Amino acid sequence: MRTKNTILFSLISTFFLIFLISIWKILATLQGLSINSLNIEIIFIFGFLISLAHLLIGDRIKSIYKSIIFSSIFVFCDGYLIQKLPIWYNVGVFLILYFFTNKISKYTFIGLKEEHSTQIILFDFLTLFGILFFSFVILFPFYMMLVTSFKTQIALLVNPLDFSINFGQDIKDLFKSYFVIFKSYKFGKYIVISSIVSVGTVIITLLFAIPAAYAVARLNFFGKTFLSTSILIIYMFPAIVLVIPLYTIFSQLGLRNSIEGLLIVYTATTLPVAIYMLQGYFKSIPKELEEAAILDKLSWFGIITKIIIPLSIPAISSVALYVFMIAWNEFLFSLMFLDNPNSFTLSRAIQYLSGDAETPRQYLMAGSVVVTLPVLFIFVYFEKYLVSGLTAGSVKG
Amino acid sequence: MNDTLANTEKKTAYILTLPAVLLVFSIILFPIFANIWISFKEVELKDIRIPEPRAKKIVKSISDEPTKIKILYKLRNSSLIQEIRDVSFQDNFPKNFEIENLDPRCSYKKYNLKCEFGNWPAKYRENFQVIFETNDGSKIDKKNLKTIKPKLDGKSNNILLNTNFTLKNFKKVLFENEFIDLLLTTFYYTFFGTVGSIVFGILTAQMVNQKFYGRTFMRSVLLFPYVAPVVALAYTWELLLDPNSGTLNSLLLNYQIIETPINLLGQKYIEISILGFDFKLRLALTTVIMFEIWRYFPLAFLFILARLQAIPKELYEAADVDGASPFQKFFNITLPQITAVISILFMIRFIWNFNKFEDVFLLTGGASGTRTLPINVYQQGFAISDIGMGSAVSIVIVVLLLMFMFFYFKLLGKRVDEN
Repeated sequence: MRTKNTILFSLISTFFLIFLISIWKILATLQGLSINSLNIEIIFIFGFLISLAHLLIGDRIKSIYKSIIFSSIFVFCDGYLIQKLPIWYNVGVFLILYFFTNKISKYTFIGLKEEHSTQIILFDFLTLFGILFFSFVILFPFYMMLVTSFKTQIALLVNPLDFSINFGQDIKDLFKSYFVIFKSYKFGKYIVISSIVSVGTVIITLLFAIPAAYAVARLNFFGKTFLSTSILIIYMFPAIVLVIPLYTIFSQLGLRNSIEGLLIVYTATTLPVAIYMLQGYFKSIPKELEEAAILDKLSWFGIITKIIIPLSIPAISSVALYVFMIAWNEFLFSLMFLDNPNSFTLSRAIQYLSGDAETPRQYLMAGSVVVTLPVLFIFVYFEKYLVSGLTAGSVKG
Repeated sequence: MNDTLANTEKKTAYILTLPAVLLVFSIILFPIFANIWISFKEVELKDIRIPEPRAKKIVKSISDEPTKIKILYKLRNSSLIQEIRDVSFQDNFPKNFEIENLDPRCSYKKYNLKCEFGNWPAKYRENFQVIFETNDGSKIDKKNLKTIKPKLDGKSNNILLNTNFTLKNFKKVLFENEFIDLLLTTFYYTFFGTVGSIVFGILTAQMVNQKFYGRTFMRSVLLFPYVAPVVALAYTWELLLDPNSGTLNSLLLNYQIIETPINLLGQKYIEISILGFDFKLRLALTTVIMFEIWRYFPLAFLFILARLQAIPKELYEAADVDGASPFQKFFNITLPQITAVISILFMIRFIWNFNKFEDVFLLTGGASGTRTLPINVYQQGFAISDIGMGSAVSIVIVVLLLMFMFFYFKLLGKRVDEN
């Protein structure tokens, strides 16, 4: 039992170490270092030995010294004997090893004897592994998007794995792709159009949704249940089904290639979820406030503007941010309705840019950074509002 | 008294909801019916432009006669396929103009030229010319004449409004174009995408539900793929996976894991042999499904995390007392608690994935075995420009979705009854 647990523990921790070192090696390779092998076998042997040695030594040496000794040995072998690599790489390996040996320091022979100990170890390491794995898998494309936009075509052809950014160069050279897309591809204009469309959609949606949500939340009228259920059903309805009829109708009315046309469609598609989210919040506002207002002979307009809106600022901002995000990210309708480069939104402009096979990829990535940054910034900054919006509305997509 | 109050309440409610209802109905419900209508018609992209009578006005001075002017109208029917009936024409002139040679189709009263041109067949063209002379002998300002634009009007058949219906589109959709293959691709894409995103959602939610340093940061990061614009993400992935210069292939080649680059988005099948069995994996489809899972697992994560945080701690404490292992706790406590959320998620994601257009369109454009039904709507409607076919495909999508929802709710209802 003890040997089995010891071996399992060593194996699990070793795989974790292999994963850590591999990610570090990949990142280092992308900085232009020539690392031609991940050396998984060697790391496996080292990791296994370190885990075993850690258990055997136990607490005969202070754990901090133990960590430093193990890390130093590993760094010496990996970064000096097997291949010669720069200092910063070895410092990174040292820190990873230090982190790793610290993590395994809480497991001892005594702990391994306990019930379910291997399962607990597996769970612990899976959590750690998951955190790193998902961070890497999610952030890596964003990272590549950003660094590619700072490279030049020639540099990428010479070494397709060198994504190191030379901060020493002139600002103009560093941000060359951005200058080009703003100058030659009119991205400044597209930002303005995208902003107008998104902000416009937010304003119109709120103008329409607040009164409607108030009516659904508070007033009694014939067809109320029908209305609130149809809101949800419409919300589930696929946009792709609307595309062809809307295209034909808009062509005949001359609404294609116009901001108005986009505004109408975006507002209509975001209204159901906006009403749904707002009415849920309005219901939670105590009724007594309005009853007092009715006694004061306030009209419904007064009730909404003087009581409901001031009390539901958090919900309204959450809906506003959420609608802004949908409108900003929307692609399908902008693809269908816009074919004149003078009326493109950002998303459509990037897609148009990619249609030309000659377009260098760093321009494409610079455009992608431009369209992504505002949304990510808003998301991180207003996360609290947006997450509640996301769970309530679960952004259609 | 009470009655009037209820009445005003009703009236207010209707006033408040009317704008929203009107907009949503006209942009969402009406097009759905329009779709059914169009799907039974033979309409092509070029048919939906309404034919217009057009006139180009050219002003020509006549040499040696400064008081006279020749005006040439180049008349034409903008449509190449449809006729325009009862074309009428109007143009205004300055107050000192007298007409010289009045066409029998026209009349000139109060310095207003009116003509009835009758019917114009498709591709119709005519050069229509009039000559004017000033009655007071003054010279003519050519620029001023050009700024006045003639008005034309005519009736035409709107192909969308006539009542010629056909079943041809549906026959074509269902019996040609490898419909079964299309359906299977869509099903694989939807099913595996949905299941994958839910599995990853469970894993990440379980992970973030534990206490560790940087947990809130982790929660934001996990939502990044979901909130970022699809265009940016799709092109980034395309760049990463590119067979010639993509980072993934370069890395794999660099570490000598593969010998030749793999075209993850452009290769339909890849041969894999596991334990002596040869499999044909649909490579491009698998990659597209991976992207879909990557982009949409955050939604599942968010829902499941919210549910996990609501599970009473006592349940786990009781399990600890009984000496349950982590796996037992997960399968016996956590999983039963989140099944309700999962079944809702499955339905929502299934419906949305079934209709997903942008992701596949941007990554592969529907090539190399990734043509799903929504992609087919676009290809039929806009690439082949057969609007009627595109509509028919989207009606098929709606019908399939309604069937899915029906069975899903029946199944769900049954299970609730059993419990």
